[in-house]
Amino acid sequence: MTDAPTLPNSLRTGPDERGHFGQFGGRYVAETLMPLILDLEHHYRAAQADPAFKAEFDYLLTNYVGRPSPLWFAQRLTEHLGGAKIYLKREDLNHTGAHKINNCIGQILLAKRMGKTKIIAETGAGQHGVATATVAALFGLPCTIFMGAVDVARQQPNVFRMKLLGAEVVAVESGAKTLKDAMNEALRHWVANVHDTFYIIGTVAGPHPYPELVRDFQSVIGDEARTQILQAEGRLPDMLIAPVGGGSNAIGLFHPFLDDADVEIVGVEAAGEGLDGKHAASLAGGKPGILHGNKTYLLQDNDGQITEAHSISAGLDYPGIGPEHSWLHDIGRVRYEPVTDDEALASFQKLTKLEGIIPALESAHAIAAAERIAPTLGKDKIIIVNCSGRGDKDIFTVAEALGVKL
Amino acid sequence: MTRFAATFAKPHPALVAFITGGDGDTAANLDALVAGGADVIELGMPFTDPMADGPAIQQANLRSLAKGTTTADIFGQAAAFRQRHPDTPLVLMGYANPMTIRGGDWFAAECAKSGVDGVICVDVPAEEDPELGPALRAAGIDLIRLATPTTDTARLPAVLDGAGGFLYYVSVAGITGQQQAAQASIDEAVARLKAATDLPVAVGFGVRTPEQAAQIARVADGVVVGSAFIDIIAEHGDAAAPHVEAFTRTLADAIHSAKEIAA
Repeated sequence: MTDAPTLPNSLRTGPDERGHFGQFGGRYVAETLMPLILDLEHHYRAAQADPAFKAEFDYLLTNYVGRPSPLWFAQRLTEHLGGAKIYLKREDLNHTGAHKINNCIGQILLAKRMGKTKIIAETGAGQHGVATATVAALFGLPCTIFMGAVDVARQQPNVFRMKLLGAEVVAVESGAKTLKDAMNEALRHWVANVHDTFYIIGTVAGPHPYPELVRDFQSVIGDEARTQILQAEGRLPDMLIAPVGGGSNAIGLFHPFLDDADVEIVGVEAAGEGLDGKHAASLAGGKPGILHGNKTYLLQDNDGQITEAHSISAGLDYPGIGPEHSWLHDIGRVRYEPVTDDEALASFQKLTKLEGIIPALESAHAIAAAERIAPTLGKDKIIIVNCSGRGDKDIFTVAEALGVKL
Repeated sequence: MTRFAATFAKPHPALVAFITGGDGDTAANLDALVAGGADVIELGMPFTDPMADGPAIQQANLRSLAKGTTTADIFGQAAAFRQRHPDTPLVLMGYANPMTIRGGDWFAAECAKSGVDGVICVDVPAEEDPELGPALRAAGIDLIRLATPTTDTARLPAVLDGAGGFLYYVSVAGITGQQQAAQASIDEAVARLKAATDLPVAVGFGVRTPEQAAQIARVADGVVVGSAFIDIIAEHGDAAAPHVEAFTRTLADAIHSAKEIAA
């Protein structure tokens, strides 16, 4: 028996029927989109009840994505830190190099079910864009990726990957020309093309039911980790650590463990240049507000104008966070800690040298938190860290930060 | 009688004119709209992330914010407008976050204090009504709801529940200032909406010329024009008022006489 129990007072039953996690979540969209959002929920409920849907999802995860991803005991990192045993959930070994593909497989199966013939998505660093373009190629559907013009300029390899995969990449020139503006533009396109277009949102944010369905598709991470750690250690871990931008890899790892009170859970926010400077830590430095279809913690000023986020990791460079994380933060079930650009850079290099694993800069934030916490725990303790993606995409950013000319 | 009721009781359809607060000389432009014959004013509250707007209004939002426009400034413009124009209905239009950041009750109280008659919030649909609706209704402010081409008959009662002022029919599934809907689809939609509600029905999105406006005014109670004004303000900056007034007059003449010509 490896499935997580759903207790009567479970933390795993959210959201409510209106899509709310406590005060967070919801469906704050223009009226034009509302009927489509309701239709999506209707189809998702039908898919959940259809064994054929789950069978196809599982088949693709196994044979296309390459799941299950290993749970790797990081022995040298553990010895180096001298405290708790550290296991890495190797989402970096998935096809396309990160956890993003899990969700894209699930959503394109929904798109097919709903008879939609065109795919759109937003992307920041390009990882979700690449994963979306990948599944669109696999299913033979035309695909348009909205990407801030600034991100297009600094993520050329991923832009080229998406184009090779057959996607059209639209450089978004509005606002600050980064992820938040790409999401605005994707929503604008969607409003005008609701009849035939499916929007594959890349994280556990947006209007209900997106935060729920993305979480469900990503929960394969935590379900596997649970089985794997029981196999390896015969017991549950003492702690989970994952990086949080929007928070899809984190919720995917956390959700199957939410009702295990003895498992401590830590989410890691990007503190950028520090919380008193430019950062992307919505929980530590923001307050509740409404953006992109949901209520959640946002970086904003007193008038509710959204402020720009900053992180060395483009995947964490977003002024919001998934609404379920906001709720888990408020009820105290998950502790959220900030990690700066510099700390993440140091951990990026450390993991690469000690374990031969180049982590994504997003994942390096979680490694940095583990480095901080593991030495304070006994050697009998166990930590699982989500290595949510691989860092090949980040070598140019890291080289620049280290002053190396490639 | 509310200002909305008095306005829509006039013997001609209404010109509903939108500009973004803090973009250009707002007080002068508002006066120009009234002088040119606009019947209802929509004052846009600028927001960093105007998801439902096309490039023209996006840029207006950014121009306004770049000049440092605050929520307090918008309420100041509204209150001053009410002093100068006691009878013209004034609507605040914008996005949920600036309207709810200090709580719905605070926002509703400020609206009441500033002489605002109605509020359009783009991203608070009927499903999220508790966010703003109860506070506005308690303060006597009309919550103006949007109906769209995707709002089907089954859903319409939910949209109308709690709606006030007038019903805003967004005639295209899309963003502001882009393509225009086919007139036949507008005729059909307005007939369907008027069968379902006693509220006046105003039609907007993509309306840029007096000819288009007159076509719509033959069937609707009001015509909303926004991006075309924003374009004039973008071109002429702080000296836009005379141009705004002249354009308003051509629209108002076309709209006000549309039903006579049709008859």
